[in-house]
Amino acid sequence: MNAVDINGVTKTFNQGRADEVVALSEVDLTVGDGEFVSLIGPSGCGKSTLLRLIADLITPTTGTVTVAGKPAGAARQEQAYGIAFQQSGLFEWRTVLKNVELPLELRGLSRAERKARAEQMLALVGLEDFAGHYPAQLSGGMQQRVAIARALAVQPPLLLMDEPFGALDEMTRERLQSELLGICATTGTSTVFVTHSISEAVFLSNRVVVMSARPGRITASVTVDLPSRDEAGRLSPVFFEKITEVRQALRGTPAARPTEGAAAGSDAR
Amino acid sequence: MKGARSVLPPVLVGVLAVVAWELTVSLGRIAPFILPAPSAIWRELVAQRQNVWEAALASGQNALIGLVAGAALGVLAAMAASRFKPLTEVSIPFAAILNALPIIALAPILNNMFESTSSIPRRLVTAIIVFFPVFVNTLRGLREVDPIHQELMHTYAAGGWTFARKVRLPGALPYVFTGLRQASSLAVIAAVVAEYFGGLQTGLGSRITSAAAFTAYPRAWAFVVGACLLGLLFYLTTLLLERLAMPWRTRLIA
Repeated sequence: MNAVDINGVTKTFNQGRADEVVALSEVDLTVGDGEFVSLIGPSGCGKSTLLRLIADLITPTTGTVTVAGKPAGAARQEQAYGIAFQQSGLFEWRTVLKNVELPLELRGLSRAERKARAEQMLALVGLEDFAGHYPAQLSGGMQQRVAIARALAVQPPLLLMDEPFGALDEMTRERLQSELLGICATTGTSTVFVTHSISEAVFLSNRVVVMSARPGRITASVTVDLPSRDEAGRLSPVFFEKITEVRQALRGTPAARPTEGAAAGSDAR
Repeated sequence: MKGARSVLPPVLVGVLAVVAWELTVSLGRIAPFILPAPSAIWRELVAQRQNVWEAALASGQNALIGLVAGAALGVLAAMAASRFKPLTEVSIPFAAILNALPIIALAPILNNMFESTSSIPRRLVTAIIVFFPVFVNTLRGLREVDPIHQELMHTYAAGGWTFARKVRLPGALPYVFTGLRQASSLAVIAAVVAEYFGGLQTGLGSRITSAAAFTAYPRAWAFVVGACLLGLLFYLTTLLLERLAMPWRTRLIA
């Protein structure tokens, strides 16, 4: 069973009004079980919209979104996914531990169960010593790690991330990327990851999905198979080849993909 | 010694101001019925300390009861108004009218509604004055929810009462306390001033008017100092409660 199935999805905002915007047009996307898929593209290409459709935060105008074999709405009700945004969105009045416990609390887990689980998740992101702190006492990178721990707390089969490392400095970002990969590998979680960093997308993903704007649509899909996902992987020739391939796909030039890129090449600048 | 450095300047300014006041009155030969010297007020305060204490207790009790009742009503009304949208639109103009009402001027009228020995009119005045800042601030806090929090709770499939309890109410606490801080000082002012219009002669306000009527100005001032201390006590207690209620806030006045 696929983690996510998107079929013929179109999303139009303000339909029928003067300021009508077609955010997504005829999008098909499948995310396999355990697969790490990045969505990349220029601002306004609808990558965040696509993620929010999967999360059932918005509903498609036409087409269907299926998560773990169920309609997106039903999947949300069952907390079939964890989500993290660019802002950590922690609750400032809850301690780090209580923040991670919140989704478990809403699921009705017992006090002891959720404490044990939350502690386990904090250990996973290396913050077990900060359980009693308040979010305001942590750095931005630590807050983002707490947000990831919270997204993972219900041990969802699917993780949705909207530029979660976008506001962090390069060093913190690279460390968190490695941590995230480790977590996804141990938990077997499928991931949909929105980013505007090409190197981030290539380093993290099994597949990079390239999108373009006006209207938002998928223009290319680049499969990445790095020899290893660590420092050596970042230095491997494959890494740079894939970065080039994604960059060209973003520009719409057909260099690396002669068969599919021909039509897109005509509107290259 | 960071504490001393932050305390020292205001204390120094205060002492200098009192010294300047004393010198102006004694050297400038200002008549004591215009402005008594601080030393004269201090002597009265010491001599009348028992009376000031008892009057402060009486006024303080009225202020406290009015404050608690008005604040509770303000919070409850704000919760109701934020829950039902149409109620918000209706309630805000009404609250504004209530606020614009010269409620102190209503005190004599309220006095006539109850027995002359009743403390209820004063508590009523206090409660009405307290209501507005608490209501307006709480309502604003309840309505300002971080959009990310809203989306997160949506993904957790949590709505209605759960959402209110876990997100709306704790998120509104800082606003509630902003309202309470304003309200705490207002409560004492309202309770004291409401006594200017007759009724029981037990509180600070009645003592100030009667001392002034007997041209005992230093004594009137001594009771004013008592009222000031009472207001300060209310304010500081609110700050302390705020600190206790919101341990995640590291600074007292943010």
